[in-house]
Amino acid sequence: MAPKTSPEIGGMGHSIKRKEDPRLIRGKGTFIDDIKLPGMLYMDIVRSPYAHAKIVNINTEAALKVPGVLGVITGADLAKYNLHWMPTLMSDTQMVLPVEKVMYQAQEVAAIIATDRYTAADGVAAVDVDYDPLPVVMDPFKAMEPGAPVLRTDKKDKKDNRIFHWEAGDRVATDKALKDSDVVVSEDIYIPRIHVASIETCGCIADFDRARGKLTVYMTTQAPHAIRTVFALVAGHVGLSEERIRIVSPDIGGGFGGKVPVYPGYVIAVAASVLLGKPIKWIEDRMENLQADSFARDYHMKAEIGAKKDGTMTALRIKTIADHGYADAAANPSKFPAGLFSICTGSYDLRKAFVELDGVYTNKPPGGVAYRCSFRVTEAVHAIERITDVLAQQLKMDPAELRLKNFIKPEQFPYHSALGWEYDSGDYHTALKKAMTLIDYAGLRKEQAEKRKKGQLMGIGISSFTEIVGAGPSKHFDILGIKMFDSAEIRIHPTGKAIARFGTKSQGQGHETTYAQIVAEELGIPAKDVEVEEGDTDTAPYGLGTYASRSTPTAGAAGAMAARKIRDKAKKIAAHLLEVSEEDLVWEPGKFSVKGAPQKSKTIQDIAFAAYTNHPQGLEAGLEAVSYYDPPNLTFPFGSYICVVDIDRGTGAVKIRRFVAVDDCGNIINPMIVDGQIHGGLTMGMAPALLEEIAYDEGGNNLSGSFIDYLLPTAMETPKWETDKTVTPSPHHPLGAKGVGESATVGAPPAIANAVVDALAHLGVRHIDIPITPEKVWRILKEKGVTE
Amino acid sequence: MATHQIRVTVNGTEHKAEVESRLLLVHLIREVLGLTGTHIGCDTTHCGACTVLLDGEPIKSCTMLAVQADGRQLMTVEGLERDGKLDPIQEGFFQEHGLQCGFCTPGMMMTGYALLRRKPKPSELEIREAISGNLCRCTGYVNIVKAVQFAAERR
Repeated sequence: MAPKTSPEIGGMGHSIKRKEDPRLIRGKGTFIDDIKLPGMLYMDIVRSPYAHAKIVNINTEAALKVPGVLGVITGADLAKYNLHWMPTLMSDTQMVLPVEKVMYQAQEVAAIIATDRYTAADGVAAVDVDYDPLPVVMDPFKAMEPGAPVLRTDKKDKKDNRIFHWEAGDRVATDKALKDSDVVVSEDIYIPRIHVASIETCGCIADFDRARGKLTVYMTTQAPHAIRTVFALVAGHVGLSEERIRIVSPDIGGGFGGKVPVYPGYVIAVAASVLLGKPIKWIEDRMENLQADSFARDYHMKAEIGAKKDGTMTALRIKTIADHGYADAAANPSKFPAGLFSICTGSYDLRKAFVELDGVYTNKPPGGVAYRCSFRVTEAVHAIERITDVLAQQLKMDPAELRLKNFIKPEQFPYHSALGWEYDSGDYHTALKKAMTLIDYAGLRKEQAEKRKKGQLMGIGISSFTEIVGAGPSKHFDILGIKMFDSAEIRIHPTGKAIARFGTKSQGQGHETTYAQIVAEELGIPAKDVEVEEGDTDTAPYGLGTYASRSTPTAGAAGAMAARKIRDKAKKIAAHLLEVSEEDLVWEPGKFSVKGAPQKSKTIQDIAFAAYTNHPQGLEAGLEAVSYYDPPNLTFPFGSYICVVDIDRGTGAVKIRRFVAVDDCGNIINPMIVDGQIHGGLTMGMAPALLEEIAYDEGGNNLSGSFIDYLLPTAMETPKWETDKTVTPSPHHPLGAKGVGESATVGAPPAIANAVVDALAHLGVRHIDIPITPEKVWRILKEKGVTE
Repeated sequence: MATHQIRVTVNGTEHKAEVESRLLLVHLIREVLGLTGTHIGCDTTHCGACTVLLDGEPIKSCTMLAVQADGRQLMTVEGLERDGKLDPIQEGFFQEHGLQCGFCTPGMMMTGYALLRRKPKPSELEIREAISGNLCRCTGYVNIVKAVQFAAERR
C-alpha cells in the first residue's frame, strides 16, 4: 500500500529514520544508572544462598562498622510499617524482605545503604545470616503429590502447592471427538524457564523529598502509571498518596516483559529513601538479574490432537502444569491466570478443544512474565505447531500440506475459535505459500531426500502461528481492576508543531518515531515536528504501559483518535477562516480546502496559529485533545516461518542455514522499524530454541546465573534473517494495524524445533524439548547409532 | 583502601584522578569522569556494553581496573563525533537502523570502529566475528552488520 502522505510529512508507511537515535548514537541517552542526584546514596542487597531455609539470625553489627555504611534494612524493619509483604500483579503475595524464612535462592534478605556502590557491596559481604535449611521442592509434579511439603505456610488455609486451576473449552465434547478420531497423537512438551536478559538490568532511584512530601522514583519500568497506583495502594497507609508519587521511566535498555513487575529492590529503595530522606540508587548486577528477577515460560504441556485419515484435524486437548516458583508474580490480565494460552488452537479450524492448567508453587524465584510475547502465547504456539508436526509425521503427510488443509480460510473471518476468541482478520494460506515460494520448499524437499541417501542430516521446519495481542477490551481485560485501555494527549502549538504524550513506554520499540508518524498521518504535521513523550506520570495521560505488543493496538489507536478530534476542531476553525461552512471543506494530509476551489485552503499550521490568535467566537481557544482508547477486540497478527537446518553428525550442532519469515501485522507504520523488530524477535525466538535455559539442580541452586552459563545468541549463531510480509489490515483498529514486536519470538521456536526433528525423523525421532543443544542432539545420534 | 594517582587521556583530554585500587575502569569513566555513554550490562566480560578503546584496542572496561589505564589513551563513544561531525560508524547505525533500545550501541560502535581501523573492508563474516563479544538483544544483528558495512563504504 502506497503511503497517503508525502515523505516530507512522513506518515504511515514511510521508513523515516528514528528520532531517538541522535542521542543514543552519541552516548547521550539517559538510562537509569546515568542519573545522579545530589546527596544520592547507594543500595546493595544481601541475598539467600539457600532455596528454602529458616532465618535463624541476621547479624548486621560488622556491616554497620564498615566506614560509609549508613544503614541496614531487614524484614523486621519493614514489618514495623507493614511493608515487608507486597501484592503481585496476579493478586498473590510475596515478601519484600523476609522475617522468618527464604523461599528461593537469591531472594532478598537485607539491604545495605552506603555512600557509594563499592562500600554498599562491602556492607553486603559483612552481613552474617544464620540459616536453617528446609526441604526444597523444585519439581512441580512432585509439588503436587500428596504429602509434598506445603511451601506457602504464610497462607493460613493453604494445604497444598496448587495456586490455581484454570480451564477453557468443552471437555466432554473434546474427549468424545478425540475418541472418534481416526488418528490421535500425544506428546509431552516442556518449555523451560528462560529469562529476558535485557542488556540493561533493572534499577531505580527513589527520591523522597521530605519538605514537599513527594516521592519521585526513576525506574526501569514498562508500565509507569500502573506502578504509581500499585505504590499508592501498597504504601498508602504510611502516607504515600498517589498525587505525591511520580514515576519517571527514563531511556530503557530493553524490557521484553522483565521490567513489568514490581521487584522487592524497588520497594526497599523507596522505603530507605522515605526513612533517610535521601535519594537512594539501586542497580542490580547481571547475576541478581538472572537469578532473582521474574522468569518466563516453565510450562509442562501434554498436547493431544486428533484427525481424520485424510488429515482433517478434529480436536485438541492440552493439559499443563505451570511452575510459578514461590509466588504467582506473572503479569497477566487479572481474569487470565494462564494468560492468553487458549489461543492454542492456532491457525487451524479446530472445532473441538479443551485446555486445562494448574499453577504450582515451587522453591524457584516468582513469576512468570512474558519473554517478548503476549501473555503465554509462545507456549500455546509451541504446543500447537509442534503437535501439528507430530501429527503430520504420524499421517505420513507433508507438514505444509497438513497446515494448508486445516487453516482457517480467509472467508471464515472474523473467526470464532472453539476456545472463545474472535480472530479479527487473516489469510494464512497466502502467507505460507509465499514463504514456501521464497525458500523453494519443493526444491528443499528434493535436496533433503538426496542428502538422506548420503547419510547427511538436513531438516525443514514450518511454523504458521497466530498471535493474539493488544490487550485489551475493558469488558475482559484489567490489571488489579484497572482496565487495559491506553491513552494519548496531543497538543498543537501556535506555530503548528506538536507535543504528543502517551500512557505507554518504549524500551527500544521506537515510539518517539512511530507515534509521531501516526500524528503526521492523521493531521499532516510532519513527523519531525511532533515531539513524543512517555514515561513521566506527572505529565503523560494514564495508561497501562508497553508489553504484549499492545502499544500500537491501544496507545497508537488513541493517538489516531485524539488526532481525529483535533482535526474535527481544525475543520471548524478552517471554516471560520475561509468563511464557508464545514460541509464545503475537503481534507487532504495537512490542509483543508474548499470544494471546487482548491486554491482556497488553510494548512494545519495556519489553523493552529488561528486557534491561538483568531479563534471563532463560541469555540474555545487552543488545539489539543486526549483520547482513552478502549479497543473493541484484540488483534491477531500472524505469519508463516520456514527454517532449514543442517546438523553435524559428529557434534550434534544445529546450524540454521536459512530462515524465511513472512509476517502479517496489518497496516505498517514504519517498515524499517517493523523489519528491525522482526529481526530481533526471531533472534529471541532462536535463543530458547537452541541456547537459553535457566536450570536448577535438585537443591535449588541456579546453574545458569550469569552470562557464563546463560547463553544469549551472538552475531555468530544468529543467521541472516530473510523477511517478507503480507498485509491483512485489522478491521477494527483505526489504522488497520495489529502490533508486531513479539510475533517473531512467538513464531520462531517451533519452526526451528520442527526443522531439527524433521532432520532426524527418519531415525524415528518425533519430539525434542527446547533448548535443542548439541549435547541433546548428540545423545540422540549416539542412541540411534549415527555417531560414535 | 589504598589510593593511587593516575593520569589517563580520554578522547584526547588528559585527566588526573585519585582512585581506589579496586575501582573498575568503567566506573572511572562513568562516575569519576561523567562519561555515561559507556554502559554496564553483565559484569563478567560477556556482553560488551562497556567496550572502550585502550590505546586503540577494544577492551571491556567492566573487568579492568582504573589503575591499569594509568598513562594510557582511552577512547569512548563520546569521542567518536569530531567537530560536530558524526563518525561514519555512528552515521551507519543511524542510517541502517542498527539500534533499537540503544544500550549495547556505544560498545557495539566502538568495536566496529576498531575493526574498521584494523581492516577497512571487512567481509560479513569478519564483522560478525568482530562483534561476537558484544551482545544485542533487540536487533538480531542484521542491521548492525549493515551499519558497519555502511561505515566501511564511507570511511
